[in-house]
Amino acid sequence: MQIRPTTTEKIAKFIIWTISILVVLLLFFIVTFILIKGIPTLTWEFLTQNPASSGREGGILSTIVSTLLVTMVAIIVATPFGVGTAFYLTEFTHESKATRIIRFSAESLAAIPSIVYGLFGFIFFVIFLKLGWSVLSGGLTMAVMILPTIIRTSEEAILSVPAQYREVSFSLGGSKWQTITTAVLPSAFPGIATGVILGIGRCVAETAAVILTAGSSIHMPNSFFDPARTMAVHFYIMAREGISMERAYGTAALLVIIIFFINLMANMIVNRFVAKSR
Amino acid sequence: MNIKKEKNLRRAFFFIALSTLSVLAIITLFIFFEGIPLINKVGVFKFLFGMKWAPSQGLYGIFPMIIGTLSVTLGAALIGVPVALCVSIFLTEFAPKQIRMFMRSTIQLLAGIPSVVYGFWGLTFIVPFIRDYLGGPGLSILAGSLILAIMILPTIISISEVSLLALPGLYKQGSLALGATHWQTIWRVLIPAAKSGIMAAIILGIGRAIGETMAVIMVLGNAVALPNSILDPARTLTTNIGIEMGYASGDHQQALFATGIVLLVMIMILNSAAQYIVRKK
Repeated sequence: MQIRPTTTEKIAKFIIWTISILVVLLLFFIVTFILIKGIPTLTWEFLTQNPASSGREGGILSTIVSTLLVTMVAIIVATPFGVGTAFYLTEFTHESKATRIIRFSAESLAAIPSIVYGLFGFIFFVIFLKLGWSVLSGGLTMAVMILPTIIRTSEEAILSVPAQYREVSFSLGGSKWQTITTAVLPSAFPGIATGVILGIGRCVAETAAVILTAGSSIHMPNSFFDPARTMAVHFYIMAREGISMERAYGTAALLVIIIFFINLMANMIVNRFVAKSR
Repeated sequence: MNIKKEKNLRRAFFFIALSTLSVLAIITLFIFFEGIPLINKVGVFKFLFGMKWAPSQGLYGIFPMIIGTLSVTLGAALIGVPVALCVSIFLTEFAPKQIRMFMRSTIQLLAGIPSVVYGFWGLTFIVPFIRDYLGGPGLSILAGSLILAIMILPTIISISEVSLLALPGLYKQGSLALGATHWQTIWRVLIPAAKSGIMAAIILGIGRAIGETMAVIMVLGNAVALPNSILDPARTLTTNIGIEMGYASGDHQQALFATGIVLLVMIMILNSAAQYIVRKK
């Protein structure tokens, strides 16, 4: 028996609609579950006190500071290298063997599992460079990890700058450097910023690579050479060892909220950018 | 003077770009340097196909973990790929504009949520559900597959959506003009035309599933024995590193780096395959 094409169409449409709606519902379920359980814990005291008795008491201030410091190191190191690489690939060279190899290594870096970055960071930064478990080791490891994200988004942003901008700048006698800084960079900036913001998101969310390189000391780091525990690591340890479920949920809720705002910011910049270029 | 300046500028940017390349080289070098001695000591065959992992007795066989990784990944792909394809078709062909924008940001959020949060959610809902209704300890390959299936959705959806959107509008118009229904057009024209992009999306999604650590640690049970069914606990290559790296030293630590080598090689093969498929197009 042949099923009529219009019937198949109806069935297919039904399945696709159902599955898509279920996916959205599932996400809402995951997010609201964490928020409902966690938001009541998110008081001013929780955010501004250091954890006490390995997390059973007190707040999460030291883990918030640790997250900020690790992310800061990662962004400061990764942004110039990532954006520089993107500019080299787009402005200084034509498609060649060299660009293909560089692009291939960026793609490969993006595919490497975070735990392998953790292993690398441990053996290279912690042991080989003798930085120990520290904010610096964690931040540098994360810098390497977010490099491909920044390269890819910056490259796309630079490529979307119309060629005329460069031509006009050159025809007015602008040098390469002037063209890049005054014609290309300003209009590629929102795209580059989006890449950096997404990189921040990855730093905040990462656990595996950070726990192996920054350690899991619950104390407030006093310098970049002190070990630290980021919020994601804190949540992992609290939840896994069942130390304080209430505080674990609170940490998770804060993480989800931060990620939400990071995405919102990235989207706003992209939308503004798109609206402007039209 | 000016030309010299330009040349130096070019050189500076070249060195920055080179650093990306060198980072990949340094990562590979250091991981191999740490892991290879142990593989040589144990023997490649005994390391890859050894059934017993007991660091205290000096036994380093990772075969159960290779099986663990493969089965969890296969499970995640079987569940995740059809769902992700449905959603990407929905986004490109069916969804009204408002819903599309909304779903895109939802999926973006899904991509950003820390993996530990997924793991914990799985531990709270999926694990007890499996234990109560399907039997076994709950911490199982099935639980790991389900969590990973959710986690690889954003990767597969976004990449296959891009490749579906990149198709020339003429394909669709031509097919509809020939009297095909919307679904026939999607199934027989659009999907085959976007095949290479979709394949790359699936491969990259599988790569993510293989590489995920923290979520899997929380729901997989982490037993080192060879699993007999999807309701048995298991251990993957990543979780092996994640669990034991905290206290390992000496040979044991090197064995974890050797596990990292196997992981790295698997990912490199998958990634090259994905890039090859995209290029061939």
